[in-house]
Amino acid sequence: MKLLSLQRRMARAVMTPLTRSERMRPVAPDGRSMRAVANQIIKPNDRLTSFDRLEIYNRQYWFRVLSAFAEDFPGVRAVLGGQRFDALAKAYLIACPSQSFTLRNLGSRLVAWLEKHPAWAGERQNLAVDMARLEWADIEAFDGLREPSLKSEDLAGVNPAKLRLKLQPYVSLLALRYPVDDLLLEVRKDSDDLDVASNTFNERHKRKRVSAVAKLKPSPIFIAVHRLNEDVYFRRVEREEFAILSALHAGKSLNAAVESVLRHSPIAPADRAAHVEKWFHTWSALGWFCQPRKDVVIFHTKTESFEKARNYE
Amino acid sequence: MPANRFNGHTDYGIGIGLRSPHYHHILTRKPVVDWFEIISENFMIDGGRPLRILDQILEQYKVVQHGVSMYFGSAERPNREHLKRLKTLVQRTKTPWLSDHLCWGSVDGRYTHDLLPMPYTFEAARITAQKVREVRDYIEIPVAVENVSSYAEFHVSEMTEWEFLNEVAERADCGILLDVNNIYVSSQNHSFDPFTYVNSVPAERVAQIHIAGHSKYRKYILDTHDHPVIDPVWKLYARAIERVGHTATLLEWDDSIPSFDEVHDEALKANRFLASASLATAV
Repeated sequence: MKLLSLQRRMARAVMTPLTRSERMRPVAPDGRSMRAVANQIIKPNDRLTSFDRLEIYNRQYWFRVLSAFAEDFPGVRAVLGGQRFDALAKAYLIACPSQSFTLRNLGSRLVAWLEKHPAWAGERQNLAVDMARLEWADIEAFDGLREPSLKSEDLAGVNPAKLRLKLQPYVSLLALRYPVDDLLLEVRKDSDDLDVASNTFNERHKRKRVSAVAKLKPSPIFIAVHRLNEDVYFRRVEREEFAILSALHAGKSLNAAVESVLRHSPIAPADRAAHVEKWFHTWSALGWFCQPRKDVVIFHTKTESFEKARNYE
Repeated sequence: MPANRFNGHTDYGIGIGLRSPHYHHILTRKPVVDWFEIISENFMIDGGRPLRILDQILEQYKVVQHGVSMYFGSAERPNREHLKRLKTLVQRTKTPWLSDHLCWGSVDGRYTHDLLPMPYTFEAARITAQKVREVRDYIEIPVAVENVSSYAEFHVSEMTEWEFLNEVAERADCGILLDVNNIYVSSQNHSFDPFTYVNSVPAERVAQIHIAGHSKYRKYILDTHDHPVIDPVWKLYARAIERVGHTATLLEWDDSIPSFDEVHDEALKANRFLASASLATAV
């Protein structure tokens, strides 16, 4: 048997889902006899059959990927409960096995998959999707690239009509239906407590908190997931901030982004410039913008650039 | 034989694996450690805390990279993204050599994230050696392949594991990371004499040695890296050192990780064997 053929057979067997009691299935879902597969490729020894030996790898595979997945999505687990989460995790990993050399990317397709397969999350699908989006953004923020940040001197003489600001790769903008940021922080706080007695209390507390959040009427919240001093933060932003940042992220110029968003804003025209200035100050202080490429900006004076922003009221 | 072309002509002593529960201890107490081994994949990222910590470690310690997912033995070509990231990290750490496992774990772009055993065939040796050469040529530092623990053997195998290791190392002209715990685990699982294995490895190619603990089950042994090193493994280590001389040695402890001092003390037990090797060399 050629190497590629053997590896395909073994990988297929190793990635076959386990039984409920976490053993290798005698028959794979596609009708293959796992015993026959094992006998074909693996030698038995004096203690273990070919099936037993293949099973060691089959179980190791599932224990490893399931535990890595659960570690990345404690919030989704809290939302769905242990049993439903375990079923979802298996279904997801069967549909979306790892395509990356690192387990870090195991959950990269969860949000898209969950949106397509709502049945796995039951009545709490929207809440679970929101939580999955937040937890994936958290992973991205944790080790995403930080480019050189925009400094005030970079804006000297820049024409805001031409200025295109790029968000740092580690910043994710999320429009969510539930306040899952607070919930995730609570879930993590509970998980940090290793005391068994407290954990029993925490489990009850967590279930109550999740139920309370699930009962909330969906109401949009806007979050920027970002990193500061290598810690990840969930920062709630106003609707207009979110829209401007999203427009910038989509490649609009600063002027166009501000203008298009504020045109329909309920913020009183007289207050808009102050808002924009305050937001921009905060975003810059948090280092959310990358240094602009010199070839896509036109330089004017710093004062003019802020004046231009004000003129879009 | 400690410094050779497979470990960048370095003369490293006893190291331990750099693991996150020990970061704080290392950065605040600055213990004296010969070198740290890092899992490359943990740092093949774009930014964030892991890289900041790595940079702090690099300011004070020597670091050697050890990979877990290059899968030299997979039939498919190396993943370009993986190679690029690996090379970026190599340039950051300035690791004098790099190791990964003599195993496979991915096929058709799907990853098992396990160290799956090789069929010991000439075809597999040729494909594996070609891949080792490709990786080495791309990252431009010496590469060492590590023997893995295994729980299965294939009908198609045409040679023993140590013959396969030697065949790959010769064809690729690469180094060997000799894991004596893995040899012990596999010898128990496949009923061979571990000393035959150690005695068959080309001593001049050994770039580094791994020691570790494991878990014993009723019918097999699992390589869990969650216990101290047992005596039979120390005996194998002693024999390996006797053959290859004072060689860079690393203790792996990856699960149920105890305090830094406990891990370091366990690693330093290797000193008694290294000292006698040094003495023998001097005489």
